[in-house]
Amino acid sequence: MNGPTLKQNVVINNPQGFHLRPMGAFAQLASRFESSVKVSREGQTVNGKSILDLMLLAAVQGTELMLEVTGSDAEDALSALVRLLNAPPEEETTASSV
Amino acid sequence: MTQTRCSTIDRVRWGSESAKRNAMEIKRGIAVSPGVAIGPALVLDTEWFRIPQRTVPQNQVDGECLRLSVALAQAAAETRANEEAVTAKLGPQYGAIFGAHALMLTDPTLVQEIESLIRNENFAVEYAVSRTMRRYAKALESIEGGYLAERVADLFDIEKRILRHLLGLRREQLRDLSEPVVVLSHDLSPSETAELDPRRVHAFVTEAGGRASHTAIVAGVLDIPAVVGVGPFLTDVSGGDVLVVDGHHGLLIINPDEETLERYKHVRATFRSQESKLHELRPLPAQTRDGARITLLGNIEFPQEGTPCLERGAEGVGLYRTEFLYLGKQSHPSEEEHLQAYLTVLRTMESHRPVVIRTLDLGADKFLPLGVGAESSAWRAAPERNPFLGLRSVRLCLRNLTLFKTQMRAILRASAFGDVRIMFPMISTLLELRQCKMILAEVKEDLEEEGIAFNPRLPVGTMIEVPSAALLAELLAREVDFFSIGTNDLIQYTLAADRNNETVSTLYSPGDPAVLRLIDGVVRAAAKYNVTVNVCGEMSGDPLYTMLLLGLGIRQLSVTPHSIPTIKRVVRSATVEESVKVAQEAMRLETARDVNNYLREQTRRILPSAFD
Repeated sequence: MNGPTLKQNVVINNPQGFHLRPMGAFAQLASRFESSVKVSREGQTVNGKSILDLMLLAAVQGTELMLEVTGSDAEDALSALVRLLNAPPEEETTASSV
Repeated sequence: MTQTRCSTIDRVRWGSESAKRNAMEIKRGIAVSPGVAIGPALVLDTEWFRIPQRTVPQNQVDGECLRLSVALAQAAAETRANEEAVTAKLGPQYGAIFGAHALMLTDPTLVQEIESLIRNENFAVEYAVSRTMRRYAKALESIEGGYLAERVADLFDIEKRILRHLLGLRREQLRDLSEPVVVLSHDLSPSETAELDPRRVHAFVTEAGGRASHTAIVAGVLDIPAVVGVGPFLTDVSGGDVLVVDGHHGLLIINPDEETLERYKHVRATFRSQESKLHELRPLPAQTRDGARITLLGNIEFPQEGTPCLERGAEGVGLYRTEFLYLGKQSHPSEEEHLQAYLTVLRTMESHRPVVIRTLDLGADKFLPLGVGAESSAWRAAPERNPFLGLRSVRLCLRNLTLFKTQMRAILRASAFGDVRIMFPMISTLLELRQCKMILAEVKEDLEEEGIAFNPRLPVGTMIEVPSAALLAELLAREVDFFSIGTNDLIQYTLAADRNNETVSTLYSPGDPAVLRLIDGVVRAAAKYNVTVNVCGEMSGDPLYTMLLLGLGIRQLSVTPHSIPTIKRVVRSATVEESVKVAQEAMRLETARDVNNYLREQTRRILPSAFD
């Protein structure tokens, strides 16, 4: 795959963890880009376009995930995905550090 | 680490999962039917999909992959349509569930995983799907904190949907099993259990269920080992895995190691030889040491069970449950269907042995709440908030007179050919009994007018299984020829404890002092009017209660065929004199636990191996 590889760490702030609906939204959004999207947690790396894979990451609140995006539209993809992860959940939560 | 390819990590994780899966695992449940079975697993979901471990020849691999992509596309389209419909109806937050399902159905990793099982292992697509979904389910279940555990249900739902598209009309049903298996399921309804063919099904194990569930009863009747109430285990098993079912101790052993397998082969052989020793009791009478004759009868569900009954030494049929004529049918059984079933039993009973036919005793618990069982039944009961206290059994019959009369006609017609007796279940008032008898009289008149033969003195009995009936036994006794105490329901209604609800099932005990008092009262009332009292239900087939029942004055027991030799052995070791003393002492005890402990002790005293 041609294009840059970009990485960024994101902490899950949703008190319910990275649960089904945001995972679905994430996988769906990731699939719109040509770039490959990998999501890692403590050495486990999964395909960010796969909702099932994301489920197995079991990212509860406070988990740090690393996104790794490679491809021609990597820049757009990464910023869109990070924005999605950082979007406040339905309930009001404040960002906290690890 | 981040350089690692996703698929590699996946394979590593799956690999270790799969190594773990091949290790032996032991699950504990409730032993409801004794025996040991060894055989391949057949995992069923509520829709009766059978997913055997099947491989395909190399030249079919591409075809299987094509079937996969077609099925996934269809399933995803269907799910998208659901999403829209549900969103419109209930709002986007509900629709989103189906949206997530659709995403899973088109999930790239999922497709890759299934395809690689087809391509690398030559698995048939159905099995590859089932195995992959179960691996995901297992992985989700094992996540700490269980925050995704409920998603497992979503995965099963998706699996089912894919399989429905794959299998379509080719889905095999239980009755078509071609090789012997151990059936595993979340739950089995009695009608589903009834479909099990003991020649093909070596044992069954369910996640749900309790000791006295109807499923357990049916297992006992079919004489196959069964374990229920194991709790979640289906994600640990794939179709085709080797299993050992230990029906004595309520164990399910998945992928047993060599040593365990050998040990159980030995246990199985020992059990069989013990069984044959009990068979030696067959020609001996069920008589106490001081000469009292006890009539031992068999409980049956299906006409074919008359034979095992006699083989085990029953003197007749004390309870012929007729519900299975109604279940799993598109329409109500005809008079001819009833009659043919009854005549089959009568022929087996050589016409002179008694056959007590209980009229339809269908309750809500005997239906699958959803799915094929309910849909294919003759009717669907309206949902009730409290089905055990609702329109069931004889109440249902009194509201469906055509149905009731059809069965009565068949029972009366059968009575021309042997010692047939009719019994009404769940009578709770005198009026109900009178109504039943009135309808019976009408049917007799009809038959007479039509010139059809029947026994005009057909003995009429009532079940005593509602506390009100037990308390009114003296009034009821004046109007019937016999009583049969249905202990399962009597205990459940007396203690207000659902026998299928594991959380309260400890309240359910035949040894409860309240139950003992009711039985004692019924026996006394019956004696006054010279009415025979039979005890059916699990209590009569449990050697723990044999002395007690004899001591209370019971001389007739109707039990599942496989318990007949066991009970006969206790009877032949006891005397009426000591049984009376035991019953008197038991009546003085204050709790079910004390009663049960005392009875165990006393039974062991006369027959040390009674509970082996």
